[in-house]
Amino acid sequence: MEILVCVKRVPDTSENEIEINKDGTDIERDDLVYSVNEWDNYAVEEAIQIRDKVGGSVTVVTVGDDESEEVLRREMAMGADKGILLSDDAFNGSDGRGIAAILKAEVEKGNYDVIFTGALADDGAGQVGGMLAAMLDYPYASLVNKIDATDDKKINVGREIEGGNQEMNEIALPCVLSIQTGINEPRYVGIRGIRKVASVEIPTHGAGDLGIAADSVGEAGAKVKCTDYFVPEMGEGAEMLEGSTDEILEELVKRLKEKGGIK
Amino acid sequence: MAQQIFAYIAHKDGKADDTALELEVAARKIDADASVTAIVVGSDAVCDEVAASYKEVWKIRSDAYPNAEVIRKALVSILPADAIVLVPHDTFGMDLAPGLSIKLDSAFVADVVGLEGIEDGNLKIVRQEYSGMASTHVSCDISGGAVINIRPGAFQPDESKGAGGSVVDKTGDAGDLSETTRRFLEVVEAEAGDVDITKSEILVSVGRGIEDQDNLEIINELAEAVGGDVSCSRPIVDAKWLEKARQVGTSGQTVKPKVYLALGISGSFQHMGGIKGAPYIVAVNKNAKAPIFQMADLGVVADILEFVPELAEKVNEMK
Repeated sequence: MEILVCVKRVPDTSENEIEINKDGTDIERDDLVYSVNEWDNYAVEEAIQIRDKVGGSVTVVTVGDDESEEVLRREMAMGADKGILLSDDAFNGSDGRGIAAILKAEVEKGNYDVIFTGALADDGAGQVGGMLAAMLDYPYASLVNKIDATDDKKINVGREIEGGNQEMNEIALPCVLSIQTGINEPRYVGIRGIRKVASVEIPTHGAGDLGIAADSVGEAGAKVKCTDYFVPEMGEGAEMLEGSTDEILEELVKRLKEKGGIK
Repeated sequence: MAQQIFAYIAHKDGKADDTALELEVAARKIDADASVTAIVVGSDAVCDEVAASYKEVWKIRSDAYPNAEVIRKALVSILPADAIVLVPHDTFGMDLAPGLSIKLDSAFVADVVGLEGIEDGNLKIVRQEYSGMASTHVSCDISGGAVINIRPGAFQPDESKGAGGSVVDKTGDAGDLSETTRRFLEVVEAEAGDVDITKSEILVSVGRGIEDQDNLEIINELAEAVGGDVSCSRPIVDAKWLEKARQVGTSGQTVKPKVYLALGISGSFQHMGGIKGAPYIVAVNKNAKAPIFQMADLGVVADILEFVPELAEKVNEMK
């Protein structure tokens, strides 16, 4: 089975406090720790497990700048066979639809049976997989937490739905699936693994290579644009307990008792 | 604005979802004078129910749900090209909407929490990024239509139910609704766990801040001290440190305790969506900017690995 996994380099929200920059045009990007989007690691792991079971290959692709190469190498260190970087100044400022259009052009250069994306990324939209599928006229399932790759015409997939229930579907190939966290346990990647793939060549494809009109993607083609960032205000916020640890503990236990939080 | 606004009505067991009324309010935030049409795929009872809140209800008689591929086809057949379509941002809406926007050749915005009207043909939208740690205004060109996914619970429903709307059967225009490349098989119900956290009055809930499975011991000790049950957020279940039945959130359990201790939980809307009944929420997190502090009643900025054992000790001492 030929599998393409779309990945993204994102600020690691478990490692960073996200702050807004001075003029509110973006988050403060100095000193941010970046990593592979968490969902994408599950997608790559799933792809590798399927390949190891039924044969084929796993290719990882990302739309980004030179720095995005590091996430491709990381996923190759996990076991992906190939990496492709889609990079062009014309891609900057793309909305979800623009990213999907760029990926579509790359998909059409290959011969993939299954395309994975992460179910969500840093922007919390979860849109690219569904858009890509619709552009390609492939079937799609989102929030996939189980895949049974039984034959080469169709696969059974489980979707995570409300209440922890699972919706089972049969999907014809080729298809696009967005992968939910928890579907597997992504393997650990050590420094040695990264070193092994450090010198593997990663081809870069730009708008020209992909046959994409520059004004159909990027900021020029975007119908959806972020105009400014701000700190969310939701409700009044918590009353914050301050003081010495002892004072905080004493007050907290007192409150818990009042509210029925201690039996 | 001459564009028509449509609301996709989610429903279950013959009853409209809470989002049905929320979308109607959201539509009026886009354009106070817009004609808003509800679309119901499925049940007649739901059509009648939402006709109390929408002037017009379009019915598509089909048992296609939850096959988003088939329902997308039906919607593309009946919707005008420049329609503004509101969809609940739930697991079905996430399946349906991005592809729908492509097939309608319209703009798409996911997980919308606020709508601030139209300026120069662009809809001003509020969203959140980075797990809720930053909010952003989004400008969306709606001239060619738009699909807008609305976060459940983000808009207060209007319960007045005075619309007295009419139901129009659009089934004939919806085209062939048989399954083709995607076939729905079944829903597999979640397995029950050894503790039913939906019945717990005190929940000691742990998130990513616990860092390691071995550290869960301090959560168990605190739960024992306060007489509560241990629950958790999604990353703990993803890591297989606790069973799925202990996960609080839209993709886990909906709980209604009296007191909820959120320990090392950032407070994503998917997590908070599983907490009902307005419990007293105490949050402990080392990140002072964690969204959980916006929603909790009481907050402590501290590393749970140090704070929780001290709290357990204090509880035992003062009990």
